[in-house]
Amino acid sequence: MSNVVDTPVKYVDIHRKDNNRNVLVSFQDIRISFKHGIYERVIIDHLNLDIYKGEILGLVGESGSGKTTIGRALIRIIPTSGGQILYGDETKEVISGKIKKDRARNLKTKIQMIFQDPSASLNDRSNVDYIISEGLRAFHLYKDEAERLEKVEKMIRRVGLSPEHLKRYPHEFSGGQRQRIGIARCMIMDPEMIIADEPISALDVSIRAQVLNLIKEFRDERGLTVLFIAHDLSVVKYISDRIAVIYQGRLVELCPADRLFEVPLHPYTKSLLSAIPLPDPKVEKKKTVIIYNPSQHNYTADDPADFYEVEPHHYVHCNLEELANYKRIIKGLKEGGKNE
Amino acid sequence: MEKKKVLEIKNLSVGFLSHGKKMNVIRDITLDVFEGETLAIVGESGSGKSVFTKTFTGMLDSNGYISNGSIMFDGVDLATLKKTKEWLGIRGKRIATIFQDPMTSLNPLFSIGYQISEVLRLHHNLSKEEAKKEAINLLKKVRIPDAEKRYNDYPFQYSGGMRQRVVIAIALACRPEILICDEPTTALDVTVQAQILDLIKELQKEYKWTTIFITHDLGVVANVADRVAVMYGGQIIEYGTVEDIFYRSAHPYTWALLASLPQLGSKEDPLSYISGNPPTFTSEIIGDAFAVRNKYAMRIDFLVEPPMFKISETHSAKTWLLDPRAPKVEKPTIIKNLSKRIKEVSSELKKEIEIGGEKHE
Repeated sequence: MSNVVDTPVKYVDIHRKDNNRNVLVSFQDIRISFKHGIYERVIIDHLNLDIYKGEILGLVGESGSGKTTIGRALIRIIPTSGGQILYGDETKEVISGKIKKDRARNLKTKIQMIFQDPSASLNDRSNVDYIISEGLRAFHLYKDEAERLEKVEKMIRRVGLSPEHLKRYPHEFSGGQRQRIGIARCMIMDPEMIIADEPISALDVSIRAQVLNLIKEFRDERGLTVLFIAHDLSVVKYISDRIAVIYQGRLVELCPADRLFEVPLHPYTKSLLSAIPLPDPKVEKKKTVIIYNPSQHNYTADDPADFYEVEPHHYVHCNLEELANYKRIIKGLKEGGKNE
Repeated sequence: MEKKKVLEIKNLSVGFLSHGKKMNVIRDITLDVFEGETLAIVGESGSGKSVFTKTFTGMLDSNGYISNGSIMFDGVDLATLKKTKEWLGIRGKRIATIFQDPMTSLNPLFSIGYQISEVLRLHHNLSKEEAKKEAINLLKKVRIPDAEKRYNDYPFQYSGGMRQRVVIAIALACRPEILICDEPTTALDVTVQAQILDLIKELQKEYKWTTIFITHDLGVVANVADRVAVMYGGQIIEYGTVEDIFYRSAHPYTWALLASLPQLGSKEDPLSYISGNPPTFTSEIIGDAFAVRNKYAMRIDFLVEPPMFKISETHSAKTWLLDPRAPKVEKPTIIKNLSKRIKEVSSELKKEIEIGGEKHE
């Protein structure tokens, strides 16, 4: 057993000096809080997370867990109150806190956002042509009217609508089509990164797949980096390379997507997995849902919890006692192999 | 069939008048609902599933009307009821509804307790004190912690899942015979959704009502339903027991719905989806409403509406594919071996659930 418990490695230590992969965004000790008079409510505390270039990172958690707040802090809608966010491919620059105005403005061409509710996020009173090209106008990204129109038409075809739709208004479209307009509006800026904040929760199951496929295609075509925020693990599994599970403002598990489904370790992840409705009545009717109880952890001052590495690229929020336990599970799986 | 019918819907059609145009939103639905069962009605938005169930409680919008057919409920034809007075004693009391968005179905200006006890005082003539006692009981039933303290709280102080619990408590107050759940979990997180579904199922066992469950998510259907009716373009295009629909489905629309579930997706190939949009009802639908989006469509689908073909005692589907003259088509492989696929996708998952379950003991 002694060789199982080798020196524990914290995520912070790794990601501070991890130069192997191309990190695009780096959250370092991020703290976000909302102040109401003298009261301060901390939403996110000590968040450390790297997002690699060209990956789709799924960020999963229940409502109130702070997943949207992280996305919004990244595009500076919500100010951070501690730590820093670094952004950049080769040269990293700080993009949180007070930065120069033109730099903040420039950032908007690089990071774009797709919102949850496609009917609330499009201006009802402007036509699709205007909605899609608003960013182009704001940043003067075209030489003349012909070029702008060409860009817009190319983009609207790309998302599966036709140029005739450009003269129409948002209310004439169905939810799925509106979401595609939302994607067109953000992709026309040719961003390096997009934040997709629950882009499919407001859509019917039958058309969710279209939007998911579209985001995935753009990633494959342009090497886009995507932060995909959702509350449903089944959706994220299909689209993500890595999944980060967040609970009450704290990352509890970070892992490559397939691996997370093979060996979910943190009890909250298990609870989320058990809640996915399976389209098979025989399985589904027998299933019991695990309810996560945060008080089941035995965290003390001597053995505080931290974000530890359990196996390469797989991190769990736990204390040393739990870490040893998790490592044993992983080891057992490796030795047990497939004969169960 | 020795089961008692609670609702007998015959040839129901519903029209809407809009800008002087008549739209047939529900087109000739015949369906029986049996006592004590959970019937799931599945369809995309715009398929008419909400409108269909609104006719059971007389809550159609003012420009909607029942143009044909009958809804028999305990000897009364609900389709003929017009005035609010006639609906008293049925709507809310014997047939209750839980809506999708708990924020809009609760009044933000009144306390939770008031809104529950209001129902009790109106329908059961309880005094204020009695109503309060009963309301707290109901809150405990739907597992609101600290029910006594939270009695005086307002809706905004409750989370989404808790609000939906309160709405269920209000529906419970009258001990309805039929509970219509109109997408009760769509606005909720998956974990909360699972809890609410469990709660509805448990309470159903205790109160023995009949549930009509409206949803677009087949995963939820697998969890709750005994029987399933699939709606498209204002018609029921396939119905049967939950096993019929999931393991032996016959209509291409049901296939497409099943295949588009992200739970079944794998990383390698893109998820399948239903292209196009559901019919808009502004022009008359000729032939099979699904034909334009159907990759199995034959020429006849565009000309003549298919009849309901009976597959088994419990299972029927409305598609020309079941006609003996139609060519044999293969179901999409992804749903042909649905059970196997689920096992593949979730084998590790299930193992983990079991392990997790043991740990919690």
